[in-house]
Amino acid sequence: MTQTKLLTAFIALSAAIVLTAQTQPPTGPPPPTQPPAGQKPGQQPDVVDVSIAGVGGPPKYAIPELVALTNDPETVKAAKIIGEVLFDDISYEKEFYMIPRDIMRTIPKPTSPDQIALDRWKEVGADGVVIGFVRRSGDGVVVELRLMQVSSGKMVLGKQYSGSLKSVSDGGRMYAHTFADEVHNQQRALRGVARTKLAYSSDRDGGQVKGPVGSRGVSAIYMADYDGANEKRVTFQTALEISPVWSPDAKSIAYTSYRDGFPDILISRIYEGKPPERPIRGGKNARNYLPAWSHDGSRIAFMSARGDDGNTEIYIANRDGSNEHRVTNHPMADSTPTWAPNGNQLAFVSDRTGSPQVYIVNVDGTELRRISTESYCDRPTWSPAPLNQIAYTCRGGGGYQIMLYDFGKGGSIPISDGIGSNESPAFAPNGRHIAFTSDRTGRPQIYTMARDGTDLRQITKAGANKYPNWSQ
Amino acid sequence: MHIRRVSAAITVIVLALSISACGKKQPPVARPVPPPPTDTTGGADRPPTPPTPIQEPTAVPPDPSLTEDPLKNVDLDQINQNSPFKPVFFSYDSAEVDGTGQQTLNENAGVLKKYGTWVITIEGHADERGTAEYNLALGERRAMAARTYLLSLGVPADRLKIVSYGKEFPFDPSHTESAWSKNRRAHFVVTSK
Repeated sequence: MTQTKLLTAFIALSAAIVLTAQTQPPTGPPPPTQPPAGQKPGQQPDVVDVSIAGVGGPPKYAIPELVALTNDPETVKAAKIIGEVLFDDISYEKEFYMIPRDIMRTIPKPTSPDQIALDRWKEVGADGVVIGFVRRSGDGVVVELRLMQVSSGKMVLGKQYSGSLKSVSDGGRMYAHTFADEVHNQQRALRGVARTKLAYSSDRDGGQVKGPVGSRGVSAIYMADYDGANEKRVTFQTALEISPVWSPDAKSIAYTSYRDGFPDILISRIYEGKPPERPIRGGKNARNYLPAWSHDGSRIAFMSARGDDGNTEIYIANRDGSNEHRVTNHPMADSTPTWAPNGNQLAFVSDRTGSPQVYIVNVDGTELRRISTESYCDRPTWSPAPLNQIAYTCRGGGGYQIMLYDFGKGGSIPISDGIGSNESPAFAPNGRHIAFTSDRTGRPQIYTMARDGTDLRQITKAGANKYPNWSQ
Repeated sequence: MHIRRVSAAITVIVLALSISACGKKQPPVARPVPPPPTDTTGGADRPPTPPTPIQEPTAVPPDPSLTEDPLKNVDLDQINQNSPFKPVFFSYDSAEVDGTGQQTLNENAGVLKKYGTWVITIEGHADERGTAEYNLALGERRAMAARTYLLSLGVPADRLKIVSYGKEFPFDPSHTESAWSKNRRAHFVVTSK
């Protein structure tokens, strides 16, 4: 049911964005320059495709609340929330100096797009200001967002979006996320993560696993926006379901499910509400764990114990389960695969020397090489290109700490702060952030941090939450 | 449990049949003349023998197997709640069955011999100090170690399944040395009989 609702909302918003994208103000080549005095009230401002520059530092951005042009509660709420979320989205990437909120509040809101208090924004040192308007229109809302260059008064980026009332049921966060990604893309040639999502497993809804052994809690797959908003349950079995990974198109999640009494890899198309696929077709003699999706979405690497063996090896199969082949072959345990961005290599964990360590290997099993040197390591996660790094966790500081191995430097540095135990790192698609599990406040929760270990943010709070994965 | 329910059902049915049969024998209208006495041993002056009372249905005897073996006729949940199998415990980061573990497995093999149709799943578990992902692999190796030993004792392979739960299902959720030692285990679950 929830899945259907999700799907409807998703389609409604995507459709609206696609439709209005065709009618938005042009952002291509700059139009002929007009004398500033020629601009009349109500006229579209000049559009220039430039990067707003700062003076002796990063550009200073002001992102105040939007202006509600109609007085209904949905619009008023959306004007406030979209402004706040956009501020957070833009500050998340640390590309700009953000004019503090209390300073922005001293500057009067514009009543129309051509009445912006540019002088006031200049006074507080803003190089760019985002001016936005929300209005009710029929059964939906229209959101207009403009990034203005304060020095020239020209618009460098303008978008108009519309969507159903449902699209602002959470305050309209998707409008802010979409524009934030546009701003980072245009102004910094940076792929923002504002529209990305996290998946993880959680026991928050309680329930007991079906089966002959009592008192075992249900763990289901959940998802949320990158900032932790809009948490939603994805699977609804009374079973243990863990280690979700997003497909590159962010429409499917693969995970390890014990719903039939043995572990196997299931793929749920989360917006379709169909029964999950079981491409590897596991069973009691093929126990499959820990899927990892290749960056092009065509293949899945996973850990599997076959037959009577009980010794886990790394396998690769196509997305539909075909063309399966084994990558590793060692009597000790091989586990926890992750793909290199080029799809030619994997990193994984093996305890072949006694303790679990991180190795890399070609997908045909050749050129095996160990890269970690600590006493116990797990959950390697290869960075997206062009960064050439692997994040993993290793024993240290009274628990586990997140490490970053750099192929260029040939060594690792710790990036988590040493508080509590920190496991299961997962890269954001732009490589600038890492999600991970930490027990620093008690039960395991999902956190994100910048790749240098700063900007720690707690994403989950209810229940125990583990195995984070970041959508592409 | 099953047998008792069945016997209760039989009792109810027999009672119902007797009552309806009794109803047919004794219509609501009283008989004008009592039937002639069939018993002739009494003197002629004795009052007629009262009609034979309706016989109570025979109670269903308890199933003898209940007293023979309390595990043969109970369901899987009950077997596993009071499991005849003991878990095998492991050292930290280890999947090696030690002497105590071997003793435990010898006893478990005896139980498997006694109940020759039971199929069990050996679950490999780990304590919370290892990492979530690697513990899934470690759990497989622990379950495999227990299974390999049981195979060496002659237990047929098709009666021993394996699964690893890593650190997902601790036996004792507390964060103490004692809890961890209980959680590093191969746990035996009867999955069919």
